[in-house]
Amino acid sequence: MRKLLLLFIVLSTGLLFMGRLFYLQIYDTSAVIKSENNAIKVEYDYPQRGHIYDRNNKLLVSNQPSYDLMAIPKDIKPFDTLGLCKLLGIEKEKLLKELNRAQRRASWLPSVIVPTMSTEDYAYLGEQMHKYEGFYIQKRSLRDYQIDFGANFLGYIQEVNQSMIKKDPYYKSGDLIGRQGVEQQYEQVLRGVKGVKRFQKDRFNRIIAPYKAGKLDTLPVPGRNIQLTIDAELQKYGEELMVNKRGGIVALEPATGEILALVAAPNYDPALLVGRERSKNYTQLDADTITKPLFDRVLSGEYAPGSPFKALTSLIALQEGVISTENKVYCNGGYRYGGKKPLGCHHHKSPVQLVSGIAYSCNSYFATAYRNTIDKYSTPQEGIEKWRAHLASFGLGNFMGYDLPSGRRGLIPSASRYNKTYNYPTYRWGTTATISNAIGQGEVLMTPMQMVNFTAAIANRGWFYKPHIIKNIKGVDTIPSIYTEKQFTTIDPQHFEPVIEGLNNVYNYSGGTANFLKVPGIEICGKTGTAENKMKIGGKTVQLTDHSVFVAFAPKDNPKIAIAVFVENGYWGARFGGRIASVMIEKYIKGEVTRKDLENWVLTHSLEEEYAKPLLGRPFPINDGKKISAKFLAEENQEL
Amino acid sequence: MSAGSRSIGSFDWALILIYIALISIGWLSIYSASFNPEVENFFSLENLHFKQLIWIGLGILIIVFILFLDSKFFERFSSLIYVVAIISLILLFPLGKNINGATSWFAFGSFTLQPSEFAKVATALALAKYLSDIQTNIKTIRDQLRAFLIIVIPALIIIPQPDPGSALVYAAFFFPLYREGIAAVYLILGASAVVLFVLTLLFGPIYIALGVAVIAILFFLKNRKKRPSKSLYLGIILACTLFSFSVNYIFENVFQQRHRDRFNIVLGIEADTQSIGYNTRQSEIAIGNGGWTGQGFLQGTQTTGKFVPAQDTDYIFSAVGEEWGFMGSALVIILFVLLILRIIQLSEKQKNEFSRIYGYSVAGIIFIHFAVNVGMVTGLLPTIGIPLPFFSYGGSGFWGFTILLFIFIKLDGNRVNEW
Repeated sequence: MRKLLLLFIVLSTGLLFMGRLFYLQIYDTSAVIKSENNAIKVEYDYPQRGHIYDRNNKLLVSNQPSYDLMAIPKDIKPFDTLGLCKLLGIEKEKLLKELNRAQRRASWLPSVIVPTMSTEDYAYLGEQMHKYEGFYIQKRSLRDYQIDFGANFLGYIQEVNQSMIKKDPYYKSGDLIGRQGVEQQYEQVLRGVKGVKRFQKDRFNRIIAPYKAGKLDTLPVPGRNIQLTIDAELQKYGEELMVNKRGGIVALEPATGEILALVAAPNYDPALLVGRERSKNYTQLDADTITKPLFDRVLSGEYAPGSPFKALTSLIALQEGVISTENKVYCNGGYRYGGKKPLGCHHHKSPVQLVSGIAYSCNSYFATAYRNTIDKYSTPQEGIEKWRAHLASFGLGNFMGYDLPSGRRGLIPSASRYNKTYNYPTYRWGTTATISNAIGQGEVLMTPMQMVNFTAAIANRGWFYKPHIIKNIKGVDTIPSIYTEKQFTTIDPQHFEPVIEGLNNVYNYSGGTANFLKVPGIEICGKTGTAENKMKIGGKTVQLTDHSVFVAFAPKDNPKIAIAVFVENGYWGARFGGRIASVMIEKYIKGEVTRKDLENWVLTHSLEEEYAKPLLGRPFPINDGKKISAKFLAEENQEL
Repeated sequence: MSAGSRSIGSFDWALILIYIALISIGWLSIYSASFNPEVENFFSLENLHFKQLIWIGLGILIIVFILFLDSKFFERFSSLIYVVAIISLILLFPLGKNINGATSWFAFGSFTLQPSEFAKVATALALAKYLSDIQTNIKTIRDQLRAFLIIVIPALIIIPQPDPGSALVYAAFFFPLYREGIAAVYLILGASAVVLFVLTLLFGPIYIALGVAVIAILFFLKNRKKRPSKSLYLGIILACTLFSFSVNYIFENVFQQRHRDRFNIVLGIEADTQSIGYNTRQSEIAIGNGGWTGQGFLQGTQTTGKFVPAQDTDYIFSAVGEEWGFMGSALVIILFVLLILRIIQLSEKQKNEFSRIYGYSVAGIIFIHFAVNVGMVTGLLPTIGIPLPFFSYGGSGFWGFTILLFIFIKLDGNRVNEW
């Protein structure tokens, strides 16, 4: 026993130490992280973010240098606080607050103390930096906008926050990341890859040598320039037209699916979200819950499409073989069914056939066509699903796959949705319960982007490319392949001709709804839409002035542009939507607008009064555009 | 003496090989920990690793000298050696040079010598001599006291230098005493004292007194039928309470703040990684950075950056941990354990009592250094500054351990000629 004591103690000590070493070296990995942090200084070499050009190679977005004041809290030695504040031009409390925050985050990691200082600030501060141990200046580049429009599709760049860093460890505190628009969508292309240099430090925080002789260091990969499909001229013009209005314009090149213009109104100057005022400006824009400038109505606004939908109703009915171009429908101011309130219609020539039906936008005609389509099948459920499948082939009722980060599915109601609504099979429902779908009211919802896409599909007589905003990634010279695959609709090409004829006659018939919007020398096909809409005010649903909707493409043969215009509470389709579509088409195809009176009308008419109505807190009249001004009244009379 | 005692084959080669392995790894670690890329000349005296190489070279001369001495020399002259060692320790007070706050060195120009490193050898020899004396009976209190004095005198001189760490090493002599038959009650008392000490720091003396009382009463009730002595139980309770309160008093009033901090950090009472616990924290980080196979020679970020203070001396093991990883540091642990076990094994084989007692002292001293140093470097024990044998930089320490070990190897080599 006496011989064994020391033996036993030595062996157990040896085992205990092995266990402790195992714990420190294998089990507990936190030490490794800490050691990386206190022994290695990491320097990043940020490549220039790629520039953004428009389709005509006009520079839209470039870069400007900017400097961040960084600090590693544990390395900070007592310093002249007031002196530094004076150099930075900030309050002492603010500096201390930021240092405190950095300390709480991690005392061994660099944190941004003052972001985005200008070159002048830096020049002054640079010479003094050696006095402030633990602080250093990190150069970055910020966006330099060459244009004051297009913020909705360009997006912006912002400093990463903690949740982004957690999601993608590539990003470190103070790094910039693209948010919204193409900045977010093409973040990896634009950003490139930052270079990393590691240095071995000693315990006095002095750099003694490159870490592992620089073997792990990487060179920065420069960001790539990208070219957008946007026509900056057209975009700018569209935004000017939409001043004092809410809504959007979206234009495509039907042959390619390229987005020519993507106007969301109201918009804001992209330069607002750059530099030191960024967060203040952002808060302001974000806080505007009435006009919602950060909400992209073109991509994320879901609206009842209204009458443009009638083109789709016709196409489906033709494909299903339930109507022909010869069928006549008598319209006596409305479509009557089952003894209920009729689906009303406005005054026009009667009877109508397909072409004139579209031109006059006759509700009765399309109600008939829709009903025949659904009733072709033994149950309305089956009919609705068939109808829905046709619409899906136009990219409706689902995300469209375009290369911008925001968007909505829209809504094409399904049979099961109606079953649920009407509590089927306890109660049955018939085609007439869904009759409003025929004219694009009912349950159907679309984003303006979806509207322009189906217009482009009609213009192409049955196919489309997925809309996209990327024209070229410089250096790679290619775009994602999903944008070069033709998407075919379920409608045979021959059915498009009569519908296009009708859409053309919208302009050409003396009684066509857009007759006064003809563009000399260009054959336009278009369709007006007047979409009823409601809003909840104080818990009560109130009907507001109709939205003015217009879709069009031109020229009729070999179309160059398809466009959808949506003006909230703009009243009937031709009034704002039609006018805007007309001048936009002329601007794009001819390069300038010859009808200055039409252009001026749009530029000078504001809907702000209309938008203010529901906010005044008292009952208000709707759909009375004439009351806006006496001058307007005179013009309006001329046109009709 | 016969020629056989000098024949190379009769020395224990296992010990010598382990010794060579340890000083080789140790020297590489010093090279790494003291590496300064700015000093290009390997033979510069600015390089600690070059200086250590000189100490190792001189150490080999000492080894040869020891192995050629008559093995009876050590037994015969042990008293004289002990007296010389004590005098040299005392002379430190008027003549010693103060380095890092401790007056533990004699300075000869730029060359310094630390007598406490040699005093251990002297004490081991003196104790072995005294206990092996035919007239000494370790069972008697009188002889126990004398043995105790031999051990405590050098320790008491070293403490006020101040170098409490080196003094602690003298606890190692408990092992030969115990092996030679000192009553087990000392072991129990010693162990209880350590446990009570730690518990007192953790919970305070009042709870300890209550706890001891409750446990004692439970035992008393359980053994009621055997009619236990009430005064014995009462005495134990009183002694424990008194000890606990005095520990508390000494800790709060006699210890300096830095000592208190060291204990508090290890016991987890205070968490501090920046100022006082800095050494330990940095050492743990360096070791942890090693992983399975280590960062590689001269590749450890913590070692290269000199983050661990005193890494070439007391904290040398952290350089092994970082650069050679679990594989390397576990190997070092195994080598130390094998070294100590081999010494114990050989000691048991000694026919000569003097050699056996000396061997146990050597095993005890190396063990205490190893356990306290590695325990400190891996954060298991408070910061107690004693070197890791054969590893830590320093001529005196290296020579001290070399002499300690090779006297034993010499004594063992002579075993076959004993009768």
